[in-house]
Amino acid sequence: MKHITVVGASLAGLSTVRSLRAEGYDGAVTVVGEERHAPYDRPPLSKEFLLGDVDAAALALGDADEDEALAADWVLGERAVGLDTADRSLTLASGRRLRTDGVVIATGASPRALPGAEHLTGIHTLRTLDDAQALRDALRGGFAPRVVVIGAGFIGAEVASTARRLGADVTVVEAAETPLERQLGREMAEIVASLHADNGVRLLRGTGVAGFTGDSAVTGVRLADGRLLPADVVVVGVGVRPTTDWLAGTGVRVDDGVVCDAGCATDVPGVVAVGDVARCPHPFTGRHARIEHWSNATDQARTAARTLLTGAPAVPPATAPYFWSDQYGVRIQMAGHVPAGAVPEIVEGDVEERSFVAVYRYGEAASPVAALALNRAKLFNRLRRTLAPATTTAVA
Amino acid sequence: MITVCRIEELPPGESLRITDGVPAPIAVFNADGTIYAVDDTCTHQDASLADGWLEGCFVECPLHTALFDLRTGMPTCAPAKTPVRTHQVSVENGHILLHISVGEPA
Repeated sequence: MKHITVVGASLAGLSTVRSLRAEGYDGAVTVVGEERHAPYDRPPLSKEFLLGDVDAAALALGDADEDEALAADWVLGERAVGLDTADRSLTLASGRRLRTDGVVIATGASPRALPGAEHLTGIHTLRTLDDAQALRDALRGGFAPRVVVIGAGFIGAEVASTARRLGADVTVVEAAETPLERQLGREMAEIVASLHADNGVRLLRGTGVAGFTGDSAVTGVRLADGRLLPADVVVVGVGVRPTTDWLAGTGVRVDDGVVCDAGCATDVPGVVAVGDVARCPHPFTGRHARIEHWSNATDQARTAARTLLTGAPAVPPATAPYFWSDQYGVRIQMAGHVPAGAVPEIVEGDVEERSFVAVYRYGEAASPVAALALNRAKLFNRLRRTLAPATTTAVA
Repeated sequence: MITVCRIEELPPGESLRITDGVPAPIAVFNADGTIYAVDDTCTHQDASLADGWLEGCFVECPLHTALFDLRTGMPTCAPAKTPVRTHQVSVENGHILLHISVGEPA
């Protein structure tokens, strides 16, 4: 393999370049990125960056020394629109064609939109640096805006938290009765959801959105039950769609992401996928699902690089999936996988103080399958290493 | 110079976060009998290294799992790029003493 092209210049793409070099690959590397920015870290976009505590430069994932060592050719501000697997070439939106031997699909995902938002200003989604800059400008416009956040997942909750700290009047609208129930289980999800009320943010549960009001700028959110929430700024955080449209008709199988084996290999030899766009069987969760965590993008990069260079599926690490979220000054950390029937137990701290560690136990052996911490990083990091997959602890 | 604690109060594998009498928080570790001290805040993003996982003379950031070498303060893997400042420690009369470095990290 003499030339590898990485499509996607975010954490998963950059991490794969790092891994290719770490594995000893010394051929050519081209990285194609739709955004004009060099790789940057996305988690702060809804937190420190949105708050104004850090600027864009602080988010850079690489630096000049590393750039030189990686010796990659960066094609930024260019979107890939096609892949010819027979001819081994990529087509970019500008019409430019790139010949390549290996392909790494790292195109991530883009926020789902809500109908009726297209012709109104003031309705935001948050994925990119440019999105975050626009939302930051809107939240810091010099008066206390009325903000409606649609979706109480991690992005929605973090934006609500930051907007509240900036002095906004914030309402969060969530379609489910209990936000984050699937990730945390009902009991713990209720505790995390209570952070909104603790901090003066209204959470409307089990509430659908019917549409928006306003002529050119949004003035409100119409709920499915007929209520109208006046709004100066609306943030839509209702999940993402994997960026796979450009792969239609290429032979790369797509079904809620790029379908891969555990080694990140696609159906097409010499083509691997990593990060939010990749749907791989996970050795810990036992599920064949996309994982949108920061840590997954770096873990998968190593696996994908080995698979691409050896031509045989590499074995992924069976470590527990891990993510974190900062909301209202509370650091939430979660590792493992919560199957239905897992029971959380507080092993340290106090729920009322929003500072505790819970371990989820499952099966007859009551094995620890997941851990959740609020403001308790130390014990959490010890417990994270003791977790076992529920698939191996389940009773047949 | 700051007296951290009695040596038996920091057994091997344990860490402490010092916030009093220091310009910025400092993390003190007992790595298999050797005492190390570094700036507590990860150079990548806001996280306390005293909460991190200690393995040999390396500490793993509790948020992003960046590894720092406690002997030099150097990060050994992404996402951290900048070293944490190291501080001299000594043990005298059964007490751990901390000698705070000033200036920029090496």
